[in-house]
Amino acid sequence: MRRLLVIAVALALPPAALADPPPSGIVHPSAPPGTPLVELGYQLYAGNCSSCHGSKGEGVPKLGAVEGAGDVPGAGPSLRSVGALSADFYLRTGYMPLDDPGHQPHRSRVLFSNHEIEAMVAYVASLGNGPPVPKPHPERGNVAEGLHLFTSHCAGCHQVVARGGYVTGGVAPPLSNSTDVQIAEAVRVGPYLMPTFSPHAISDRQLDSIIAYVAYAKHPDDRGGWSIGRLGPVPEGLVTWWIAIVALVASCLVLAGRLKS
Amino acid sequence: MTKFKDWLVAGAVLLLSKTHPSRRDDEQRIVPDAPPDPRAETWVLALFGLASLAAVGFIVVYALDRLSHQTQWLGVTLGLALAFLAAACTVIGKRLVATEELAEDYPQPDDHVGDQEAVVEIVEESGDRLSRKRLLKLGGAAAGGSLGLALLTPAVSLGPVFDMSRFYGTPWTRGRRLVDERGRPYRADGIEEAVFYTAYPEGADRETIGAPVLVVRLKPAALHLGSHKPVAEWAPQGILAYSKICTHAGCAIALYRKPTFPVTEPRPAFVCPCHYSTFDPATGGTVLFGPAGRPLPQLPLLVDPRGQLRARGNFDQPVGPSWWGVRMEKPNP
Repeated sequence: MRRLLVIAVALALPPAALADPPPSGIVHPSAPPGTPLVELGYQLYAGNCSSCHGSKGEGVPKLGAVEGAGDVPGAGPSLRSVGALSADFYLRTGYMPLDDPGHQPHRSRVLFSNHEIEAMVAYVASLGNGPPVPKPHPERGNVAEGLHLFTSHCAGCHQVVARGGYVTGGVAPPLSNSTDVQIAEAVRVGPYLMPTFSPHAISDRQLDSIIAYVAYAKHPDDRGGWSIGRLGPVPEGLVTWWIAIVALVASCLVLAGRLKS
Repeated sequence: MTKFKDWLVAGAVLLLSKTHPSRRDDEQRIVPDAPPDPRAETWVLALFGLASLAAVGFIVVYALDRLSHQTQWLGVTLGLALAFLAAACTVIGKRLVATEELAEDYPQPDDHVGDQEAVVEIVEESGDRLSRKRLLKLGGAAAGGSLGLALLTPAVSLGPVFDMSRFYGTPWTRGRRLVDERGRPYRADGIEEAVFYTAYPEGADRETIGAPVLVVRLKPAALHLGSHKPVAEWAPQGILAYSKICTHAGCAIALYRKPTFPVTEPRPAFVCPCHYSTFDPATGGTVLFGPAGRPLPQLPLLVDPRGQLRARGNFDQPVGPSWWGVRMEKPNP
């Protein structure tokens, strides 16, 4: 009887153990007020980033080679010379922290306060000689020039209306929620599979025009009426097939109905 | 003034008075008699009124010009006017115009046997005057056949049939410089990693299919071009040039995917936006994915003493979408 009980408990245990995931989530260090920004940033970094980017931002070049805190098998690039620009982009878009190092980063809820992000950006900037957070001036840009540049550099993946698209192996995100600074950062960073555009390829002045165009593309003048998603012939065809043709068939049935004798 | 009043009264009387059509006796009527339907008439009048209102609304919206969503209002008013008019016509057709259904039996099939024989006889006897029937048939077939052939002839303009030589031509010759959109020569040290560039042959027609090339720089250690393509000739300093025209359907390859962290992310590749053919620049343009049937043509490069990029020769294979015999010849300038 006792043996049976042991077996029953052993059978019941694994599901119970699976039901409780290991504790995970964002580490918010309790730094006393007045802690230097870089110091707070380091504590946040150590708690949330180091498992993939290494204890001092040197990166974890291979999957499974765990160097950071915790026992998450991590892999991430070095942050030694990416600068404040990259850190600001990845943290403010919610791209980082990433739940699985093999996944494509995607826009998600930002889990840090503004102060914490500033601290981490300051810490990453202190790791090496990287570019600062850019300050775009879209009001100096030209929407027409921006359209031209966007068509030749960006529209291949993001579509000419900046609604996003696909490449083999990745997703080009829509730019509808991107801020001006994030667009300027993404062009210089080239997150995930996106190419990098140096100031030689796209100057800061041209970048202003691109940002001005993306801002316009978020709310373009739909002179033809309702936009129905601005996806071109697909939604228009859906309207034709699902509404117009149904209405036409229904009216044909009414008109050609035989007289009841 | 009184004359105007007279006209007004006369018009009102004409409009409002009920007409009394001259009714013939029931025996003489073709269409069966049916009682008037005042309710349906009222409906029709109401629908006509609504159609007029909607049409006037269209004019008002057009005249106001400063309404928000003006296009939508124009569409709604015009659409409603047409819909009300159609509804009025439907009510007239269904309720006010007298209709009747008459069924007529089909004739029995064997009723026509005599007629069929007569037709056959007429056809045979009509041809009695022809003495060289076979020759005439042959002549008719020749005329019809050559007319059909004449109609098919313009299809030859769809493409060359026998002479494919111009498919192999490209503007690239040894020593020709690679220039950007504005005609400025590319320098080898200006080609950065993780960026992709479109280059054109200097002083040549950019509209030809062989003209545009993609230029990228990869780490020399990542290259696997094969033994028949020495790195010094095909990728000096790790710089590679490929035709920008997809070998599947001839679209311009506009996508370059570049991993930020190559350990976990897909390898660098050119992607065609039309059907997602994906080419690997590190292995000589081989197809990684998609419907393209052959690799992307690669252009051998050299860096001149001034550091500028020049073509070392022509592409390793013909440019553009494939055709039968695409592998039979090498491209030529």
